[in-house]
This record gives sequence, structure tokens and C-alpha cells, in this order.
Amino acid sequence: MTQPVLSVVDVNTFYGSIHALRGISLEVHQGEVVALIGGNGAGKSTTLNSISGLVRPRTGQIMLDGEDLATYQAHQIMAKGIVQVPEGRRIFARLTVTENLKMGAFVVKDKALVLQRIESAFDRFPRLKQREHQVAGTLSGGEQQMLAIGRALMSDPKVLLLDEPSMGLAPVLVDQIFETIGQLHEQGTTILLVEQNARKALEIADRGYVIETGTIVLAERAADLRDNEMVQKAYLGID
Amino acid sequence: MTAVAIQPTDMPGAGAADTWNLRRVLQISVIAGVVAIYLCLVGIVPVFAERPLIVDVLELGQAALLITFGAASYLAGMDQVKASWLRAVVVGAIVGAITGAFLTGLVLLGEAIDLRSVFLNASPTLYALLTDGIVLTGPIVPIVAGAITGALAAVILGLPSAIRVPLVIGLSSLLFFGLFAGLLRTPMLVTPLRDVARFMFGSEGLTAAGAAIVFVVSVGTTAIVRRTKPRQRVNALPPRQRRLVVGPLGLLVLALVLLFPLAMGPFFAQVIALVAIFVLLGMGLNITLGLAGLLDLGFVAFFAVGAYTVALLTSTAEYGLANWGFWEAVPFAVLFAMLFGLILGLPILRIRGDYLAIATLGFGEIIRILAGSDLMKPILGGPRGILNIPKPLDVPPTHWLSGPVQIYYIALAFAAVVAFIAWRLRSSRLGRSWMAIREDEDVAEGMGVNLVQTKLLAYMLGGAFAGLAGAISAGLVGSIFASSIQLQLSINVAAIVIVGGMGSIPGVVVGALILVGLPELFREFSDYRLLFYGIALMVIMILRPEGLLPSRVTRRELHTSRELADVPDSELVTDEERREASLP
Repeated sequence: MTQPVLSVVDVNTFYGSIHALRGISLEVHQGEVVALIGGNGAGKSTTLNSISGLVRPRTGQIMLDGEDLATYQAHQIMAKGIVQVPEGRRIFARLTVTENLKMGAFVVKDKALVLQRIESAFDRFPRLKQREHQVAGTLSGGEQQMLAIGRALMSDPKVLLLDEPSMGLAPVLVDQIFETIGQLHEQGTTILLVEQNARKALEIADRGYVIETGTIVLAERAADLRDNEMVQKAYLGID
Repeated sequence: MTAVAIQPTDMPGAGAADTWNLRRVLQISVIAGVVAIYLCLVGIVPVFAERPLIVDVLELGQAALLITFGAASYLAGMDQVKASWLRAVVVGAIVGAITGAFLTGLVLLGEAIDLRSVFLNASPTLYALLTDGIVLTGPIVPIVAGAITGALAAVILGLPSAIRVPLVIGLSSLLFFGLFAGLLRTPMLVTPLRDVARFMFGSEGLTAAGAAIVFVVSVGTTAIVRRTKPRQRVNALPPRQRRLVVGPLGLLVLALVLLFPLAMGPFFAQVIALVAIFVLLGMGLNITLGLAGLLDLGFVAFFAVGAYTVALLTSTAEYGLANWGFWEAVPFAVLFAMLFGLILGLPILRIRGDYLAIATLGFGEIIRILAGSDLMKPILGGPRGILNIPKPLDVPPTHWLSGPVQIYYIALAFAAVVAFIAWRLRSSRLGRSWMAIREDEDVAEGMGVNLVQTKLLAYMLGGAFAGLAGAISAGLVGSIFASSIQLQLSINVAAIVIVGGMGSIPGVVVGALILVGLPELFREFSDYRLLFYGIALMVIMILRPEGLLPSRVTRRELHTSRELADVPDSELVTDEERREASLP
């Protein structure tokens, strides 16, 4: 098997004395969509934050293309190619849509390339083009999520971390967001997806991990997880 | 159903057209009455009873009360005038009379018991003033005066706007020129205009003839401008022709700005130089606070560093170290201020929000207390200060560039340069990363912004501007004392940035003019100007929370909250609903 783009090896993360991640290990390969599902407080977001450097694991390794990221700070890890779309979108509310996108390409020095990527973001999300000069805070929830994803893609990341992209959106918009993720998948973007909406996540993913109280309890192909009785009971609402 | 029935009385204006809305009338009257009593008891009315606005016609003390009557009636009448003019006039008279009745009450109360032991200004002079009308005398005077003024105000309110607006502006001009007549007269006396000055302006207030001229000219100009609408016309011109009009106008303004101190004399030059120094400070804080969102309440520290650096390097008196010229010292002042920005920035990098305000406040206080301490006394001179700081340009005292005039030009030139730098910074990559930090620090870091470096740069560049301001101020005053380093300065600068509009460069200029320039012109009103400074701050923040000249972004932001409310609720569902929706 080829070397994974992103590999997390036996990571333990603490919040003060709280042991949030207990020896998490996972891998994401080139072009894969990997879903990380689990209940509230299981450690999904903490896993993403540990990877992107927003929190520091106490032990364990996080490697991008075989390089250990332990000595890098969050902004350096981003420049290495891991970009996170944070939970709750967190777009820059008082900047315009275009300014938000430009911030996404903060590490890209080539101005022509930035403009080109802004155009392709608008191609991907025509709704954003219509609202180009509008302040991002005035966008609807769905548009804000599009902007957050568009912003993350601006630096052409090696791995895209999506944290609860469907949270707080109406069902029709949830479908739209997952459609977008599907398109990204087809275009070859490598994605680690954290979702509470396990059904949708497993429909779209190649592989999935189930996390419970800071530990990976299941790691299988997405289709197998969908058929797994325990997953059906706990996360898919099938008795 | 009951809730619906209550609505009309809850919303002023809704039912106003067909009711007298007595509740609101009473409300306004009571507020105005309290204001009137307040004006009397804090001493504004008695102290300025002899200070003419228009010589032999109207004094400032009485005018303050008349304005109170008029403004209250105008406000109360606005509800009524749509229904009928006559009704508005009646309401205006009632409001004025009730407001006046409060003063009558004050007089009667003052005659019955001795208020003076508590309120120093509740003196027989005040009572005499309130009861001495032109035709009448006695406690009835305030009620009658109130009723008449109130009715007149409501009459103006009912006039068509083509007459009303010029009239109101004419009256405001009378107030403005009445307040500043003395200040305008003094510099004019040494010019060929001296006879005009004597004819129009008394040593305090307008002459009757001057008042007539001011009133006619301001009413006339307003009426003509409203009729001809020059602004719309210019805007409607094709770009090339518009440039032909706007260009010379810009040059004219520039010429006026440059000739201003020569025409108006050293006092105004000094005031504007001070304003320009505060503009520099404001632009500095505009970077840390306006762009990067880092509240710094210890800004005076950088000002102090700049001023003391110049003092130590240039002073020819005690404590002076090097005897340098002013210009050689300025770069070091800026450099040291930047260094202090770094020193301040490092320990507080991780602090956010309210805590940051406290931490920076502490830093400012440390510098202030250090400057006055025994420890630093052998170096900085403590309360005795450092004297004999040379003026930036070494000219003989009779030269036209001596004194505050040269500081005016220097401060103005620096303010222009700094404004340009600030403007370029704003639209740069660095400026964008500052704004991203202001919006969301974590996400900004996630976008690849180096928080440490970017935040430190914000503190350092803000500090550099403030250090420059301190250096120029040292040159302006010619000395620096521990007592010149005041917390008040930090607060003033923050107020300038907020009142002007956060992140807006023209806003800083307007904020400095209003919050620093105006109080200087109002020196004759001593402590009362602080009272009005506070009131003005509150009024501005209530009426224009985005500041007087907000930046594009802030204006959009206020726009935001209104549009956000329009987002259909269907898109803002709870987690609960979403999970239910995703169930089979």
C-alpha cells in the first residue's frame, strides 16, 4: 500500500487534566474521503484540532507525507497543506466575500494565482459570485458554509479537514453541502470529514472511523460501517 | 389578544396622528424641566448671565434656558405637526410652559427654604434672573417665557422646509458666532479687517448689527444652496468637467489650510497643532484598535517614550544628554516607541478582549508612574521635568515661522504622511491579516497568519505613530514633565478613534477636531466644557454608534444586523430538528 498523505499515530491530547484523545490512530490516503463519526464529546473536533495544530497533542505523531508536524505551529501546518474548515463556519463576518477568499490564500504569494483561484471558487459556488462585495456576515447559513469551504480551498490544500459542515443548516442545504463534498471528492481532493450526520457522511466517504470517548472503536470501509449493526443502532437510528 | 390592544400606546407616533399623546408631551416636558433646573443649579445660567451672545440683546445664560424650551417643544411638536399646525403650536406652548413651571417651582422653593447650603448656585442672583422678564416680573416669568418660546419653536416646525431649514441654520449660526465672536475678533484686529471686526463682534458675543448680518447671510446662503443644489449639479457633470470644478476647490481648501495660521494668529495655530498631534495618536491607535482589534488603554506610554526621547537627546538644560537637534532625535523617538511596542506586545500576546484592556491600562500606568518616580528622577527629572527642548526650526522670535505656527505646519505635514502610510497599510496584505485577527484570531491562524509577528507589528506600528506624536508635542511645548503623562490622554485617543469611526482614517481627523479642537476653543467655559464633552460623547454614541465618519466596513456591518434579520428562519434550524430531519 502507498504511503498515506496524513497519518495520525497513537495521539493523546489533554485539556488540562482531561484526557480527551486516548491513543487515536488514523490514516488518510491520496484522494480519499474519510469520515470520522461519533457522538457529542467523543473527540471528533479535538482530533481535527490536534491535526491542524490548534491544540497540541501530548504524545503521538501527526505526519503529513511522512513528515512529523510536532515542531510546527498552526500557521505553519496550514502552509504545509492541512487546512481546516472550522465548526460553525467562522467566516470573517466583517470582511467581504472576496476579502474572505483572499485571506484563504494568505500563504499564496503569486497574485495572479490568487485571482485565478477566486474565479474558480466563484465557478464552484455561483451564489458567492453574486455576493462578491457583500460582507460575509450578511450571507445565509448555507452561503457562509460555501464561503468557508471556498476559503479553505484557496491555498489548494493537500488535506482538507471539514468539521461538521452540515451543522445548523436546513435539510435542503445539508444535501447541497454534501453534494459539494462529493464534487470535491471526484476532483481528487483529500478530505477528512467529521460529522454528526453519520448517514450522510458514510454515504459519501470511502472509509470511516468510529470514535467513542477518545478512542477509535471501529475502522472499516464506509459501506461496511453502514451495514454494521452497532453503527446502525448508535448512529443511524436503525433498531 | 391583550398584547395587540396595548400596542398603539407602546409605539409613539403610531397613534399620534389622531390623539394628543399627552403621555409623551408630559414626558418631554418633565425631562426638559429637569434639564432646565440642572442648568440653573450647576451654575451655567447664573455664571453666564452676563456673557453676551448678542450684545445688549441676549446673554448666554438666558439663551441656554430658551434653547431648552425651544428644543423640547420642537421635539414634542414633531408628533403633532402632521395632524395640524395649530395643534403643534398649542402642544409647543404647553411643553414650554410646563418646562418653565419647573423653574417657577425652583424659585418658589428657593424662597421658602434655603437651598444654598446644598446648591451653591441657588443664589438670589439666580432667582432675580429667573423672575425678571422684559414686561413682567415675578415667578410667572419662566412659564410665560417658556410658553412663548415653545409656541415659536412649534411655529417654525410647521413651516415648509424651504423656509424652516434656513431659519434653523440661521439661528444655529447666531449661536455659533455668538460663542466664538471674541476668538474671531482678536486676530482680525491686527489685519485690515479690523473695522469689520469691531462692527460685527464685541469682545464677547456678536453686536446687534453683526447678529443681523450673520443671520441674513446664513439664511440667504442656505436658501440659495437648497434652491440650486450645487452638489448634485457637480456630481451630474461628466467626469472631466467635474474635475475642473473639484480640482480648484481642493486647491482652495489646501490654500486655506496653509494660510490659516497666518490669518488667524498663533492661538488657532496652537489649537490646530494640538489637533494634528492627536490625529497622529489616533492613527496609531487606529492600527492597533481599529484594524487589529487590540484594545490598548495604555497608549500614553508610547507618547511618553517619544517625548522623553526627544527631550533627553535635545535638551540644553539639566538632564539633557546629547544636545542634538530636533530632527536628529525624531527617528530615535520613533524607534524607541516601536521598541516599547515590542516590549508591551510580548507578554500580552495571549491575552484577549477585556483582559487586554486591563493589561494595557496597567502598562500605561507603569510608564506614567515610572516617569514621576524617585527612581527615574535623576534621569527624567520627575516633576521638575526636562526644559529647553529646542523648536524644530531654529528661527528668531520675530520670524513668521516662530512659535506654534511652525508646529502647525510640521504636525500637519506629518499627519498627512502618516495618513498616507496608514491608508496604504490598510489595503495591504498586512492590513488584511490585522483585520482577520480582529474578526477571528484562531481562524486567522488557521489561514496561515503568524499571530505573534502580526500582533507585534500592530503594537509596534501603532506605537511608532504615537512616539512621533510625542516627539512633536515635546517640540511644541518645549518641555516635558511627569505630569504631562496622563491616563486621560490614552482615553482621549480611544474616544477619538471610536467617535470618528473605528478603522476610518478621515474619522480620526474629524474625531480629533471635535474632541480636541472644540474643547480648546471652549476654554472660557472652564469646567463646564467637560460636562458638555461627556454629554456630546453620549449623544454621538447613541445617535451614531458606528462613529461620525465610519469606514466602509463598519457601515456594512451596521447594515448587516438589519439584513441578518431577513435571513429566513428555515435556514437556522437547531441541531435537534436537523437530527430529526435526517432520521428515516
